[in-house]
Amino acid sequence: MEEHSLLFNIFIYLLASVIAVPISKRLGFGSVLGYLLAGVVIGPWVLGFIQDPKDILHISEFGVVLLLFAIGLELNPARLLEMRKPILGLGGGQVVITTLVLTGIGLFYGLDSSVAVVAAMGLSLSSTAMALQMLTEKNLLSTPAGHSGFSVLLFQDIAVIPMLAVIPLLGTSMTGDAASGFDWMVLLQAIGVILLVVVGGKFVLRPVLRIIAATGLREVFTAFTLLLVIGTSLLMDMVGLSMALGAFLAGVLLAESEYRHALETDIEPFKGLLLGLFFVAVGMSIDFGILLRDPLLIIGLALGLVVTKMFILFTIGKIYGLPMSQLPLFTLVLSQGGEFAFVLFGVAKTTGIFHAEIYDILIVTVALSMITTPLLMVLHDKLLLPRLDRTPAAPMDEMEDEGHPVIIAGFGRFGQIVGRLLHANGIDATVLEHDPNHIETLRQFGFKVFYGDASRLDLLRAAGAERAKVLVVAIDDREGALRLVESVRENFPNLQIIARAWDVGHVFQLLEKGVHAYERESFEGGLRLGEEALKQLGFSAWRAKQAAHRFRTHNEETIDELYQHYHEDFAVRVRISTDARERLRETMQSDEDHLAQQSDYDWRQTSIDVSTSSPDKSD
Amino acid sequence: MSKDPNIVVYFAHLNIERSMINRALGDAVRDLPQVNFRDLHELYPNFFIDTAAEQTVLRHADLIVFQHPIYWYAAPAIFKHFQDTVLLNGFAYGPGGNALHNKDFLLVASTGAPLEEYQPSGMHHYSFDQLIRPIEQTVRFCGMNYLPPLVLHGGNNLSQDDINAHAAQYQHLLAEYKPTDVS
Repeated sequence: MEEHSLLFNIFIYLLASVIAVPISKRLGFGSVLGYLLAGVVIGPWVLGFIQDPKDILHISEFGVVLLLFAIGLELNPARLLEMRKPILGLGGGQVVITTLVLTGIGLFYGLDSSVAVVAAMGLSLSSTAMALQMLTEKNLLSTPAGHSGFSVLLFQDIAVIPMLAVIPLLGTSMTGDAASGFDWMVLLQAIGVILLVVVGGKFVLRPVLRIIAATGLREVFTAFTLLLVIGTSLLMDMVGLSMALGAFLAGVLLAESEYRHALETDIEPFKGLLLGLFFVAVGMSIDFGILLRDPLLIIGLALGLVVTKMFILFTIGKIYGLPMSQLPLFTLVLSQGGEFAFVLFGVAKTTGIFHAEIYDILIVTVALSMITTPLLMVLHDKLLLPRLDRTPAAPMDEMEDEGHPVIIAGFGRFGQIVGRLLHANGIDATVLEHDPNHIETLRQFGFKVFYGDASRLDLLRAAGAERAKVLVVAIDDREGALRLVESVRENFPNLQIIARAWDVGHVFQLLEKGVHAYERESFEGGLRLGEEALKQLGFSAWRAKQAAHRFRTHNEETIDELYQHYHEDFAVRVRISTDARERLRETMQSDEDHLAQQSDYDWRQTSIDVSTSSPDKSD
Repeated sequence: MSKDPNIVVYFAHLNIERSMINRALGDAVRDLPQVNFRDLHELYPNFFIDTAAEQTVLRHADLIVFQHPIYWYAAPAIFKHFQDTVLLNGFAYGPGGNALHNKDFLLVASTGAPLEEYQPSGMHHYSFDQLIRPIEQTVRFCGMNYLPPLVLHGGNNLSQDDINAHAAQYQHLLAEYKPTDVS
């Protein structure tokens, strides 16, 4: 078949995904199965649009790299340290036991010892891409099962490194080459690169990000984010470390930075597309030739693999003390072979441990096992879940999102006061601010401030708008505030919105968009200063305060009244929004009316002072 | 004790600008060297009373004066709020609450109605002392000495001379004050 152009290939991938994924999701199978099947359909065995999926698989593995970067962003070093127990216990247990058991089975069926060991190692690893994609898609990452599953995946990602190091040694011992022994240079290089990433991430990255952010060009920021991830991955790759692990490390180092949400949002579409592409590529690489030649063997292997892994995962989870309601999910989601198996088996093939035959069989087995997971997941959701104890899974602290009850959009002069008041009362707020210069200063005072344009929906979502109770709109942009309120009302209807308003016209616009409360930015300040002026003229503090209270009440009543007309009468609306002078005149007039009422009040006050109209109020 | 006595006068009036009696009374003592004159509405127009600061003031005082008109058989509302937020457990009463023990307390009040109305046949039915028992008992509960109150009755029908004479008496009382309990 002729060579298709790159654009045509992209067209095919996108078309297949756009058709298959919605159908799959609609049928309740989740997006992953959709991608896999789309891959099967456009691959060499069905429609044959794409002949050689290897290259695509290679490129799309970068989706896994981005996925791990994104996960790293969610985990700061302290949280990571807290997770060491499940990582080592569950993860270590799973990898070691599964490898031993699978090796045993391999030896039992008469495989060569080094073949059995390498195959077992590769098959013991699960698919980070698939498991995390499914957990995130179903919002299960913060459940105990999701949390434990993540720990295991993390351990596996780290375990790949020594595995990759061991395979060539096995290969050389088998082919009888002089084993060069352990290469200390390689180890030193690896340690050096990790140190470089850690130190650079800690001290260099943030200032650089600040400079980039200060340009105000979003695409440059996005470009830098990708540059950062690709750069780190290449660096890791150069010294033989896992690219995904490098990206993960970079993510962890940036998890505490104010740019976390912006980074997350920027790589999100790339990550999603590349992961999708990865699954498509996996679907395409299922070699139906091998499958059809010996269907029983392949299906038997795939099912055997899944059942064995599930049995071990279940046992380990049980020993580790996962509740019964969580065990099935934990077991299911990690039951497949994964992308690292492709990598390991590739190395095993080039070093001569695997014959082409074994390699092909194992690759198909892994790919098939990946198809079983979304199907098992459906069974779990439809059949198992309703029977299980439906007490809501309590989210684990370590993995919990920053469930701050308040989001403050805009942390300038105005938002800061709101934030500081909340902070002083022990209420944490997630702060979104688009001025990078502000962020740096505020961080020095211990505020948690994130960089980004608050009116972006994706950023709001990343900041936890789905779980927050109150959104404080304090951004320094009249129109932007209206847009933000509108989009939040639409997308997060449960969020209470309180907003900073410019003037009365803005108040009406905000009320129209559905804010729950507002405050004019200059009203209280002006009122206070007016009160101060009265005091300077000899009013007692008390009388000045009462006058201000009276004025405020009257003013707010006037606004309420005007807003009713604003609502009813289009002409009034136009006048209010166009003729500021008319509005001022109206306001002044109502102040005068109010003055009349006030002297009435004073007269009554006087009567109290000089008459006996009320019992025993003297002087 | 050779040291000059320390007097704090707490004052409140809802409409000081129009006050005849209490402003004159206040002016009579405000500048005495031993007097710390504290207008509660002026200090706390937001009703946000600084508990710690007022407790310090009270600790240093030998004589505590509450000066105010009588509204509805009691002090103006801010005095009640002052009591509720400053005279706390552990300070004014309860375990360790002996900060006010043996201090002198003087009520300086004015009423609209004349003294004759404060009897069973009068408009207010009870005697003035009976009506202000809550103030008296508060003072005693805090371990203070309740000095005979200085009350100006009939505020609605007083001449300027009556007021001036009363103010002079008030001034004299504070200027000549010696602590009753010299320990």
